[in-house]
Amino acid sequence: MAMADIYQNNYMSMAPTERRFEPYAFNGGNILAVAGEDFAIVASDTRLSQGFMIHSRDHPKAVQLSSSTVLAQSGFEGDITTLKKHVKIRIDMYEHNHGKKASTSAIASMISKMLYYKRFFPYYVYNIVAGLDDVGKGCVFSYDPVGSYEREQYRAAGAANELLQPLLDNQIGHKNMEGDFLPLSKEKALQLCIDCFISAAERDITTGDCVFLHVIDKDGIATKEFPLRRD
Amino acid sequence: MATTVSCLELPKGGFSFDNCARNARLEERGLTRPKFRKTGTTIVGLVFEDGVILGADTRATEDTIVADKNCSKIHYIAPNIYCCGAGTAADTEKTTEMISSNLQLHRYRTGRPNRVATANRMLKQYLYRYQGYVSAALVLGGVDCNGPHLYSIHPHGSTDKLPYVTMGSGSLAAMATFEAGYKANMKKADAMQLVRDAVAAGIFNDLGSGSNVDLCIIGKDMKVEYLRPFDVANKKGVRQGNYSYKPGTTAVLSKSIKQIKYDIVSESVQEDMDTS
Repeated sequence: MAMADIYQNNYMSMAPTERRFEPYAFNGGNILAVAGEDFAIVASDTRLSQGFMIHSRDHPKAVQLSSSTVLAQSGFEGDITTLKKHVKIRIDMYEHNHGKKASTSAIASMISKMLYYKRFFPYYVYNIVAGLDDVGKGCVFSYDPVGSYEREQYRAAGAANELLQPLLDNQIGHKNMEGDFLPLSKEKALQLCIDCFISAAERDITTGDCVFLHVIDKDGIATKEFPLRRD
Repeated sequence: MATTVSCLELPKGGFSFDNCARNARLEERGLTRPKFRKTGTTIVGLVFEDGVILGADTRATEDTIVADKNCSKIHYIAPNIYCCGAGTAADTEKTTEMISSNLQLHRYRTGRPNRVATANRMLKQYLYRYQGYVSAALVLGGVDCNGPHLYSIHPHGSTDKLPYVTMGSGSLAAMATFEAGYKANMKKADAMQLVRDAVAAGIFNDLGSGSNVDLCIIGKDMKVEYLRPFDVANKKGVRQGNYSYKPGTTAVLSKSIKQIKYDIVSESVQEDMDTS
């Protein structure tokens, strides 16, 4: 067989065809949490999008799990829905089994295990848990999609996290700055959360419409809304 | 004859493809190409009783980040012809610039205003030559001796001559507005409002489009009104906090003062600058 024939034969019949399964999408948006001495704030925008399309302008990304714990999620909406459903069921089971309310740190630890359980087909979800800990101090727990987590004072995640995290490092962390700084007040934290989202909406196309705030303190959880650009 | 490159040799016209083979090899080894600035865009055009109106949004994006919040997408072609561009920003700018200067030469040669059909044919032949790799999607509008004309030009070189057109990622939202509101021989004010509404539909419903609405109106007398911005569709959010720093926030790690020796040659007295 001539060389040209072999090539042609390969080309005509032997060439492998690839078929792919695309299990993930990205639905945009941002989440943010800040812990203070005796409070925690969770902020998230309410836009749900895919590509250049807006699916919803009124879809908060944070949900209350208990009287002192809030979970914020961003990433693939399908996985968010599933993970959230399982987390809520597991918290109910905890209360039935132990006869007490699940603490923020217990919920945080459980979510880590639920994420690592799916280590080789992960939930494409960035989670942040915020609330009050066992002694009433504000706390924030942040995760990667496969369950690595740590307790922090503040964290931004989602589409514009690389825009927001440095701002928080500067304004709350006071990184690389000289001088004495006052402890973070609730008013200042609230203002900063809103300003973060105003800035993110300027430069990130998936962020906008509205920012939804959960303020967690000893009196319970209060919610607030603040409008953002809609383009 | 040996070909030698001397520094006196002028570059030939057209693109340089020198690095194509090298880049293809690098990509095989896992290099990812840099992303280009795409103007995910809403651009529209409409013929009304007294000429044509072109409209555009002002957002330029790089992936999901807004690269320019107020870029200009309505390009000058000739005194009586303008052109909106969507696609790769560099392609739309350079293509319209080049056709613009060729039409200027055409005017010098012929001594009369260009026709819109001429600009359309030059653009479509140029784009066809590059098989869609020059990714410019254009809305070309103007007025000439035969009246107002409006064309849409696709990156592969096909064109349509229509009374109302839309292009770019927001073209579906904008066309929906046109289909609902367009009438033949509209009054100028109504036409301007419809074009604004079409671009605004793109701005609000397409994530690739945003910020302001620019308009360009070319009347039958070839008089041009370039309105930029025509409408600020989005008010910028007002930040609540104060983000200035106290003096001394930046740490001083070391300090040394060097004396510079000098001779006084001349002296002058200057009034204090007003810094209030």
